[in-house]
Amino acid sequence: MQNNSNINKLTDHLFRHEAGKMVSILTKIFGTQNLETAEDVVQQTFIDAINVWKIKGVPDNPSAWLFRVAKNKAIDVIRRNKHSVQYDFTDDERILLTSEYTLATTMENLFKEELVKDDLLRMMFACCHPQISQENQITIILKTLCGFSTTEIAKAFLTGEDTVSKRLYRTKEFFREQKIKLQIPSVDELKTRTNSVLNSIYLLFNEGYSSTNSDKHIRQELIDEAMMLCKLLSENKHTQLPEVYAMMALMCFHSARSESRMTEEGEIILLPDQDRNKWNFDLIAEGNRYMDIASFGNEVSSYHIEAAIAFEHCIAKTFEQTNWKQILNLYDWLCKTSPSPITELNKAVAVMQVHGADKALQAIQQFSDRKKLESFYLYHALLGEIYSRLQQATNATKHFETAISLTQSESEKKILKVKILNLLN
Amino acid sequence: MAEFLLLFRRGDVATMQQSPEAMQAHMQKWMQWMGGLQQEGKFVSGQPLTQAGKQITGNKKVVTDGPFMEGKEYVCGYLMIKATDLNEATELSKGCPILEFDDGKVEVREIQEIKM
Repeated sequence: MQNNSNINKLTDHLFRHEAGKMVSILTKIFGTQNLETAEDVVQQTFIDAINVWKIKGVPDNPSAWLFRVAKNKAIDVIRRNKHSVQYDFTDDERILLTSEYTLATTMENLFKEELVKDDLLRMMFACCHPQISQENQITIILKTLCGFSTTEIAKAFLTGEDTVSKRLYRTKEFFREQKIKLQIPSVDELKTRTNSVLNSIYLLFNEGYSSTNSDKHIRQELIDEAMMLCKLLSENKHTQLPEVYAMMALMCFHSARSESRMTEEGEIILLPDQDRNKWNFDLIAEGNRYMDIASFGNEVSSYHIEAAIAFEHCIAKTFEQTNWKQILNLYDWLCKTSPSPITELNKAVAVMQVHGADKALQAIQQFSDRKKLESFYLYHALLGEIYSRLQQATNATKHFETAISLTQSESEKKILKVKILNLLN
Repeated sequence: MAEFLLLFRRGDVATMQQSPEAMQAHMQKWMQWMGGLQQEGKFVSGQPLTQAGKQITGNKKVVTDGPFMEGKEYVCGYLMIKATDLNEATELSKGCPILEFDDGKVEVREIQEIKM
């Protein structure tokens, strides 16, 4: 008999890595309107796994065991619901699931390993349907494709489980009503649809990369999942767009530095103080390879420019050697092609490094929609930094304090408090 | 497009009890044949049948046990398909894996519209 806690650990691990695949395959079979059936089958399969493995021991190939059991359960569901109109099998080869002559063989075919990547990709496109709101998109992605529990999603987004459940419910409701087909979008839609998938992946990645969440484990999972999903896009011949590779490069460059951004205790280390020896140079090299591939075509996406900026940080041997001029050029470009208040703000940081704090202050004062930034803690953190460089301690303190009130991250609060203390000395 | 019932008959029950591998290989053939029908939009429905069964006869409703051997043949499955005419339905039926057995038979019957 196996150690029960080991079995729970193993099934947790397998759930994270296999549940998304299983749900994608099962949703292909039952349709998006029956996503819950697919999730139930996966859930039941894992319950069986825990119960059976505790008694009989873990099989040699646990993943294969899970897929086989899920397949048999899917067959049972179809047999049980033979006369229900719930499953619409009329439109394609799935009609062969209605005959006992072909049920098992068709199921076998639908579960083929070489199809899994495409199934995941199709599921990803369904989850990122343009009529689903951005936050609902990333919530359903984490739930169905990444095997996150409602609790984990709530933790990742610093929100309540109720909110997460509501978001999931709304998306499932949308699937039920619209009967969204699982497919790779047609050629004329492909670019915009891929971009909305990329957008969600980017949000997911940022959720892991930004320091709002102090749970190191969850943050790394989010980064890994975002990269896994983007990799799927980069491996499918239909979705191998330049911006997909640019996004891969961007994520490699960022995550190469993630290790050095935090202390063991989860406290933020600012860029000038980071130990650059801790950077993952293999990931930087991988980012470079993606960047090379990303350069085909005439189009430069915002991800290309952001990747180029991240690259500049990666190749600087010390903080002082950072090529801020080049970074400022890139931000100028980014502000023109995809203007946003956040980009303006990041550009102001580069302005501060190149032309000094007074020029940065001027730049900020010229922002068109400063209103939007008022509630953003980084805006106040930067103003605090600028005023402290300009020796205006009162203004600096005021902004640092506003920043403290706006961030939920204990680690960020701490850093800002240190800055205020430094002003007093 | 008309609808046809294909009735499958077998004589020797013993040959149905094959090894799992042979069984799987045989079911692959059903998959190929029916998959072909599906792709042409000609498959409607169909099921294999067990050997157990009852037969009820006449207004006295006399019940007898199956299977219903008549000249060593019993119905072991059916398929509903679409075809333009009896000839096409017959051609399509020639692909049926039941015909791999010497005693396998496919009876092709057109669905009749009852006009009243």
